[in-house]
Amino acid sequence: MEMLKPVAEDALTSANFAALCNNVWQGRVAAALDQRGRICRLNCWRDQLVEVCQWLSRDLDFAFATLIVEELPDNGWSLLYIFYKGPNSPWVYVEPKLDALTTAVPSISGLVHGPSADWHEREAEDLFGLKFEGHPRLGEFILHEDWPEGTNPMRHDFDAHERFEHREADPKWEPPTIVVAPGAFAMPVGPVFSDFAESAHFLLETVGEDVIHTIPRFFYKYRGVEKIAEGQNVGRVLLLAERFSGTAAFAHGLAFCQAIEAICGTKVPARAQALRTVLAELERFRHHAAVITGICNSTALAVATSQAALIEEDLLRLSCKVAEHRYLFGALKPGGLALDIQDETCSDLSVTVGAIVGRLHELHGMLRYSSSFLDRLEEVGGVSNEQALSYGLVGPVARASGIARDLRRLFPYAAYDAVGFTVPVEQEGDGYSRLRIFFQEAEQAAMIIRHVLQILPDGPACADPVDWCAGAALGAVEAPAGAAFHWVRLSGDGTVARYRITPPSFTNWHGFHLAAENFAFQDFPIILASFGLSNAECDR
Amino acid sequence: MTNWVFKGLRTGIKTTAYPVRQDDTPGVSPGRPRATLLDSAAEVERLVELCPTQAIERQDGGAAIDYGRCVHCFRCWRDADDVSADWERSYEWAAYSADSAAAAQDLEKAFGRSLHIRFVDAGACGACMSEARQLNNPYYNMHRLGFCTTPTPRNADILLVAGPVSDAMRFPLRKTYEAMPKPKRVVAIGACAISGGVFGPSFAASASAAETIPVDVIVPGCPPPPLAILHALLLVVKRKPPSDRISLPIDPTEDAKE
Ligand code: SF4
Ligand code: SF4
Repeated sequence: MEMLKPVAEDALTSANFAALCNNVWQGRVAAALDQRGRICRLNCWRDQLVEVCQWLSRDLDFAFATLIVEELPDNGWSLLYIFYKGPNSPWVYVEPKLDALTTAVPSISGLVHGPSADWHEREAEDLFGLKFEGHPRLGEFILHEDWPEGTNPMRHDFDAHERFEHREADPKWEPPTIVVAPGAFAMPVGPVFSDFAESAHFLLETVGEDVIHTIPRFFYKYRGVEKIAEGQNVGRVLLLAERFSGTAAFAHGLAFCQAIEAICGTKVPARAQALRTVLAELERFRHHAAVITGICNSTALAVATSQAALIEEDLLRLSCKVAEHRYLFGALKPGGLALDIQDETCSDLSVTVGAIVGRLHELHGMLRYSSSFLDRLEEVGGVSNEQALSYGLVGPVARASGIARDLRRLFPYAAYDAVGFTVPVEQEGDGYSRLRIFFQEAEQAAMIIRHVLQILPDGPACADPVDWCAGAALGAVEAPAGAAFHWVRLSGDGTVARYRITPPSFTNWHGFHLAAENFAFQDFPIILASFGLSNAECDR
Repeated sequence: MTNWVFKGLRTGIKTTAYPVRQDDTPGVSPGRPRATLLDSAAEVERLVELCPTQAIERQDGGAAIDYGRCVHCFRCWRDADDVSADWERSYEWAAYSADSAAAAQDLEKAFGRSLHIRFVDAGACGACMSEARQLNNPYYNMHRLGFCTTPTPRNADILLVAGPVSDAMRFPLRKTYEAMPKPKRVVAIGACAISGGVFGPSFAASASAAETIPVDVIVPGCPPPPLAILHALLLVVKRKPPSDRISLPIDPTEDAKE
């Protein structure tokens, strides 16, 4: 998967990384390791930014995680480009020194290893009004055409609670009806769909029955979560963390809690860590069952759809029995869990998960021999390994294209270092490989749940109430759809000053168009379903 | 292909007994808090403070719950050692929206037994939609009761809307509503669509779906479980009576009947 490495692997360990950096940059970039040796900050001049990012991603194979923009109280800006590689290398935070008052920053997308920072820069342009010099495509992105030019809601002087007067949306918009006619034309799909589907818009450019090109438009569901979190207390922001993407509530709640715990130096008890692992995997299991249901449904295989849907519903019920809520809302709190799980419930959980995974296995076996089903998925919606790398794709989608990255492995959190599990990888990158990844990961999730329950430690399920500290930290969790990064800046009074979520659906929707080129029109729902992404998660 | 047929047959019937009988299978609903009689005003204050969305209101003798605001965070149930709200196991949560009680009168006459449903995601988190989608699975199978989704708003009788109505969805939501023929009914699913939930009102989201289109029936919950949404559909055709939007503390003899 990785290219030839010009730098020896052990030069990239935390201990050696700062030295390597000083060596390569001859003091032009200041490298400093944090106390625990987990984060290396690289301070560089504005003009070196592109070069440094290029060095990290191209020469050292670091992956771009996220771009954090913060508006400083004195009108200046702080930009943080976060890269990761793991498991022995540190997180790398690149911090360019910017002149006060400047809103122009060199763009790293297009130059760095590919366009993985592209959407991050577009978002910062839209929401903060920063300018990224040399970016190939800026303009309307998160805020659609009905927001007046020059509105930058993430700026401090923009009031989140004031109702905002918009222009009227494009009056030509109509509820779409899908017509297929000969000849070349562009077919709009969405934002409202015929069945239960999330709001998004796709323009399919077609010739006859074939779609040549897909132009997606997202952020119909932009709720300004990061903005409305500002100034609210941790308990209230936790509600947002769980509810901006309800089908991955636990993963995102966990990433938020981990950021808070890192800031405040909270030690999470062993039992809480183990139970967090159990619930996170229960959520992954259910999420993947839902994606499998969606894929079966998109191929109109009725019995398989029913079987998968029954598995999904059984997992929802199981979640409700274990943690009182079908989507695990309210189960987390900083320092541990908001509830404990009794021994009896744990043994029920273990048995039920075992039975359900048996049914999943059977379903997988039957699908494998359904040639009419496989024909719809094989060689459909392909993403090559190079494409996936250059777009920095994450999660099951990336793993189906040969990228074995998984944050549970790279930076083990909760109790993941105590369990052995495999990270399934496939190479073809088509719809069928993604389906196989979803099946295998669901089976691994069940395995992890049962393993952790066997070694579940006694003790409290939550630490003492957390004493708030001022600071900032990144919470990184492998959510069901892939890597999720939550950056939190906390004030000493326990209110959130800045919250930035980089959800896996944001990262992966960016690469969706790669898979949606040159295909038969009726395959569109299949390609869509095989990505298993959420618009709520992407749009925030 | 034959394998699939056998598999389908072997699985047997799993469908819920609801609405003929109540379904008390564990896990079909998270339940919800209900109005709680409390001994002292101090205890009421404690509960009011615990609730992050102001869903708990002071009432004579105890605490009332405004279901339109409750987001199922369980804090009134778990967080204090000395006091907690009562929690009920239920799911028949659909109620008439405040301003549509009159319209509700002729719901029954307006429709025959079969209803076509159009769903609009107006910025929902995915969980409300997921619960609505479960109505298609064999456990709930809404088709047996004459409910089905429709590919075009021009055939739709009922509009299900979830989410706090994000800015970009206001227009598509209104257009979808306008494209539906009369008579039509709107069901708002979840705290977001009823009160803005944890998101609205704000610069980017509304205070309710009712700001954009008239709402007839609300289904509280975050998210409401599939049976609660089914209850709403049955309420639209008057095959089930409504629940209350606000749970008020009532005297213990009434309460004991539950
Ligand atoms: S469960 Fe509902 S009523 Fe109770 S604290 Fe949470 S939002 Fe308030
Ligand atoms: S009501 Fe709750 S579950 Fe439904 S969309 Fe809103 S946050 Fe999600």
